Amino acid sequence: MARVAVIGAGMVGTSCAYYLARDGHDVTVIDRGPVAGGTTSRGEGNILVSDKAPGPELDLALWSATLWRDLGAASGDGPGDDALELEHKGSLVVGTSPEALGSLMDFASGQTAAGVESTLVPARELLDHEPNLAPDLPGGVLYPGDMQVQPAKAAAALLRAARIYGAIVHAGTEVIAAHTKDGAIASLRCRNNDGDIDIATDAVVNASGTWGGEISTLLGAPIPVLPRRGFILVTEPLPRVVRHKVYSADYVANVASGDAGLETSVVVEGTRGGPVLIGASRERVGFDATMSYPVVRQLAAQAIQLFPMLKNVSLMRAYRGFRPYCPDHLPVIGPDPRVRGVWHACGHEGAGIGLAPATGALIADMLAGRATPVDPEPFSPTRFAAWADGAEAAVRDGSEGGDAK
Amino acid sequence: MSKISFDGAPIEFRPGQSVAAALVAGGIRSWRSTRIAGRPRGIFCGIGVCFDCLVVIDGVPNQRACRMPAVDGMAVTTQEGTGHGDLTV
Repeated sequence: MARVAVIGAGMVGTSCAYYLARDGHDVTVIDRGPVAGGTTSRGEGNILVSDKAPGPELDLALWSATLWRDLGAASGDGPGDDALELEHKGSLVVGTSPEALGSLMDFASGQTAAGVESTLVPARELLDHEPNLAPDLPGGVLYPGDMQVQPAKAAAALLRAARIYGAIVHAGTEVIAAHTKDGAIASLRCRNNDGDIDIATDAVVNASGTWGGEISTLLGAPIPVLPRRGFILVTEPLPRVVRHKVYSADYVANVASGDAGLETSVVVEGTRGGPVLIGASRERVGFDATMSYPVVRQLAAQAIQLFPMLKNVSLMRAYRGFRPYCPDHLPVIGPDPRVRGVWHACGHEGAGIGLAPATGALIADMLAGRATPVDPEPFSPTRFAAWADGAEAAVRDGSEGGDAK
Repeated sequence: MSKISFDGAPIEFRPGQSVAAALVAGGIRSWRSTRIAGRPRGIFCGIGVCFDCLVVIDGVPNQRACRMPAVDGMAVTTQEGTGHGDLTV
C-alpha cells in the first residue's frame, strides 16, 4: 500500500480520500482552508446526467451516479442519504420555445442510446409534474436519474468515512513546495499556524478545484485550470414549491460553450432547508468575486418566467464561486507523465460534485492497477503534457462534451 | 384613536408606533408559528435584525412587525410557517 497525499478537502478530494483509504492506502488530506471551503461550497450540489451529451464525460457521470446511489444506500458502508442530504429528485428540463423543445428532444434521444433514462413530457402534462410552472410552456423532458446533494455536508461526510479507514486530515495547512527524488514525488512542504511540516509521500493527488492550475505548477506538472464565475440566488424559506431540478434547455448549450461573456440559463430547485436556489450564470472574469446586480436581475427574471409565483417571493442572498474549467471542457483525472507520483483530479467545471465519486474511484482503481469501468484515457493529463504556463496554444480547444455549472 | 386589525380584531395604536409595539400594547405576544415545530413567535430583538417577528401585513407575508409603522386600517394576520403555504405542491 502507498502513502497518498490529497491536496484539497473539497468534494473531489474527499472522494479520492474515501476510495483510496478504503483500498488500504495511508491517506493524508491537506487543505489550506477548512473542509469544502473553496470550490465545493460555492455550487448547487448538482449530480446531473441530463446536461451531458454522449461521450466520455457522460460515461463518467453515469458511473458516478451509480456510486452516489451506493454512497447513499443505507445498507452500504457509505454515509447514507441523510448525511449527504442526497435527494433523488430527478430533473425536468423545459423547452421554452418549440425550437428549443425540438433540440432538447433530439439531445435526449441521443442520450437514450448512451444509457440515460428520460421521458418526454408533453405540454398538457407539465403541470402534473410541476404545478407552479408557467402554464404556456411547450413541453419538456424528465430525467429521473438526476440527483442533488448538499455539497459541503457531502464532502464532510465522505471525509468522515475516509477517516474511519485511517485517513489523516490537515486543514488550515498550505502546500508551499514539492520535493522530488529521481523524478518522482517524495514529499510536500506544508505550512500552518504551528510552522512548517514535511509530509513524505509516494503519490500526490491534485484535487484543488479552481486552484488546480496553481497547485499543478507547484508540483512541476502544469495543467490549464481556469475560473468561470457563477452566481446562485437564495430565496426566503418556502414550503415545497418545486419538486425537481427544473431548468431551461438553453442550459445545455451554455454549459458546452466556451464564450467569455455572461451566459445565464435558469436552474430552479428546492432544498431540504426551505430556500429555493436559482442558478446558473457563467462568465470568464478571472478570480473577480465582485457582486454583480445585472447577473442577479437576469437570473431572477428568468426564474420568474419559469415559475411566475416567484415574483412574490423575496431573495435572501446570492452567492458566487468559481467553476474550474479546462479549455477542452473535460476534467483532468489520472497520473501526470511529467512527474512520477503526481496525479490530477480537477478541472470538473460545474460538474465536480456529480463526478466526484467516479473521479475518486477511477484514481483508486488506476493506482491499484485494476481494470476501470470507464476508459480513463480521455481524462488523462497527457493531453496537457506539452502545456506550460503561457503556452495555451498547445491546448486542444474543442467544444464537445457538456459540463454542469 | 387609529386602529389596525389583528386577525380581524381591532387594535388601537398611537401615531409612530410600530406594528409590533401596537400588538404588544394590545396584549398580543405572538403572531407567527415556526416552520417546522409550529412554535409561537413574537417580538425578540425589536430592531429589525433577528427576523423573529415576521407577520402578514395586508396579505404580504414575512414583514418585520418591529420595522413597520402602524397605519390606520392596516390588516395584520398571523403568519403560519413560511407564510407561503398556498404555494405548496
